[in-house]
Amino acid sequence: MDFIAYLISGISLGSVYAIIALGYTMVYGIAKMLNFAHGDVIMIGGYVSFVATANLDLPPAVSIMIAVAVCTTLGIVIEKLAYKPLRAAPSLAVLITAIGVSYFLQNAALLIWSSNPKSYTSLFKFEPLKLLDGELTIASVTIVTVITGVIVMTTLSLIINKTKIGKAMRAVSEDKDAAQLMGIGVNKTITITFAIGSGLAAIAGVLLASAYPILTPTMGAMPGIKAFTAAVFGGIGSIPGAMLGGILLGVIEILGRAYISTQLSDAIVFSVLIIVLLVKPTGLLGKKISEKV
Amino acid sequence: MKKFRFQLIALALVVSIFTLAACGGTATTTTTAAGGETTTAAPDESTDGSTDGGAAIKIGGIGPLTGAAAVYGNAVYNGSKIALEEINALGDLQFELNFQDDEHDGEKAVNAYNTLKDWGMQILNGTVTTTPANSVTPEAFADRIFTLTPSASSPTVVEGKDNVFQLCFSDLNQGIAAAQYIADNKLGEKIAIIYNNADAYSTGIYEKFVSEAEAKGLEIVSTTTFTDETNDFTVQLTEAQNNGADLLFLPIYYQPASLVLSQAQAMSYETKVFGVDGMDGILTLENFDTTLAEGVMLLTPFVADATDERTVSFVEKYKEQFDEVPNQFAADGYDVMYALYEAAKKAGVTADMSAEEINDKLIEVFTSDDFSFDGLTGSGMTWSDTGEVSKEPKGMVIENGAYVGM
Repeated sequence: MDFIAYLISGISLGSVYAIIALGYTMVYGIAKMLNFAHGDVIMIGGYVSFVATANLDLPPAVSIMIAVAVCTTLGIVIEKLAYKPLRAAPSLAVLITAIGVSYFLQNAALLIWSSNPKSYTSLFKFEPLKLLDGELTIASVTIVTVITGVIVMTTLSLIINKTKIGKAMRAVSEDKDAAQLMGIGVNKTITITFAIGSGLAAIAGVLLASAYPILTPTMGAMPGIKAFTAAVFGGIGSIPGAMLGGILLGVIEILGRAYISTQLSDAIVFSVLIIVLLVKPTGLLGKKISEKV
Repeated sequence: MKKFRFQLIALALVVSIFTLAACGGTATTTTTAAGGETTTAAPDESTDGSTDGGAAIKIGGIGPLTGAAAVYGNAVYNGSKIALEEINALGDLQFELNFQDDEHDGEKAVNAYNTLKDWGMQILNGTVTTTPANSVTPEAFADRIFTLTPSASSPTVVEGKDNVFQLCFSDLNQGIAAAQYIADNKLGEKIAIIYNNADAYSTGIYEKFVSEAEAKGLEIVSTTTFTDETNDFTVQLTEAQNNGADLLFLPIYYQPASLVLSQAQAMSYETKVFGVDGMDGILTLENFDTTLAEGVMLLTPFVADATDERTVSFVEKYKEQFDEVPNQFAADGYDVMYALYEAAKKAGVTADMSAEEINDKLIEVFTSDDFSFDGLTGSGMTWSDTGEVSKEPKGMVIENGAYVGM
């Protein structure tokens, strides 16, 4: 019975990782850059929805919409100001910039909302699901997170594979220069990618804060890194891979903590990542791309 | 293919570096410390004072004003500022405060310390947290600069340094006091502990608690750990529940504690909870559902809704200036300034003395039998030769969203 309970909390944690990882993997897959500031956009999303519900007394649905709108705008602004001027620069420069943006966002949040942590009230207040005479409880936020994860994954796959903008994204991902020659607006496509990724980050922020209700300016950093791990684990660039990687990572973390050691759970998670990468360098669902040099 | 593998390895390296940075609990920018914000003596006020011609004793402060631990540094800084205004208004001795940011990082704390030394610091109010204190206090010891830390509670901070003193309880005393309190008041017999093994504060209390609990015949049925970045406590709580614990001891700060409490409720796990001074602040956590903390017991030296005159006036000023309810750290900062003030007055310290002269005089006063200090965080505080403070912890229980003495 305990095992099932642990499994459920693993899936709960993992589906939060998964939604964050979806944003990571999409931006990496298309713009070929690691947006380390993604975790901090999540934090901003959490704070914005907090302000909307706790300070402005708006209904949950409206607060989520405001958070999505703010984060989408933020994503576009960050892309325009920080990443676009570096389009031709080496990827390492972009990576360092992303880390800089991450710290900038953390400290901006520190200025706006102060260092005092805030307690978030879960937006999903319906009764938890009780199974087997109440021996097994599934929290409402877990159900919402898993469902949201699946919806987001499906929608993203559809956008990328079935729409015109998706086609442009795939083209940019494959070869930026060739795409440009074919008349595809590379900058516009990348901006849209960032907008979608940041909007997703807002949703992830609301879910993360609902599941673990404490807001601090650094709350996005660790989940961001775990989600990045999840994205690599599942095969970076692959949308279903991010979902699978996220959930597996959460389950491994919780089961490792329960049955091996509470102290070593993070070490276990990262060891699994290393083993997977040694056996399957492209991750679980990663595509094998042979690069011609 | 090879190239791709190389890229992934490079990425993995970058991530691990990033993780390490995150573990340091930092949020880095080149913050130009909040220094300079000094309050100097008002020279035009022709009270009796000004024997030193308006010269002020230079007090340096070090603590995290940005980053993950900023809440503690800012509280100490704000509390110190209030005390500073009051002290300077008394017109007796004049103080000047220069507070530097250390981002809860040992190396940056040493840089801050050197900045302060260049500025001419005569006494150190710091550091706020234990990790930087372990880097800074050996320097202060070697330079003979008297140090009174508001809240760095690890015994390693004062160990072997005759001029470093603590205003807060040391972790040792808290662990022992908590075990005694639980045993003497028969609060529970089977105890589960969840502590943060990445944190010197939490681990220090835990270790002492365990040895004292055994001596007192308390049974510890479950011990689990977590680290700074953990936000899921279901495993730890399930283990405590399965082992039939009737009291959960949480020697941790209030942020993770709030998560523990909300997840315990989500699991429908009802247990008594006993915390330490790091738990203080949980009621002022913005938007926190205080019913979750109903019945939580803790040992703390300062309670913001106490009704004595000094606390009331302090809380009022603090709310007015900083728009929030002061926590224990703010009171610690306030008390440090006053303890220094009283000791300096008693020792006859003046602004023109060198740091070393002041150091020797203050050590003598702090360790003398007839010096005791009444502050917001306790009355009749005295200091041992080792630098640890002795004061009575107050047992509190949360009822209807407020602290009530036990």
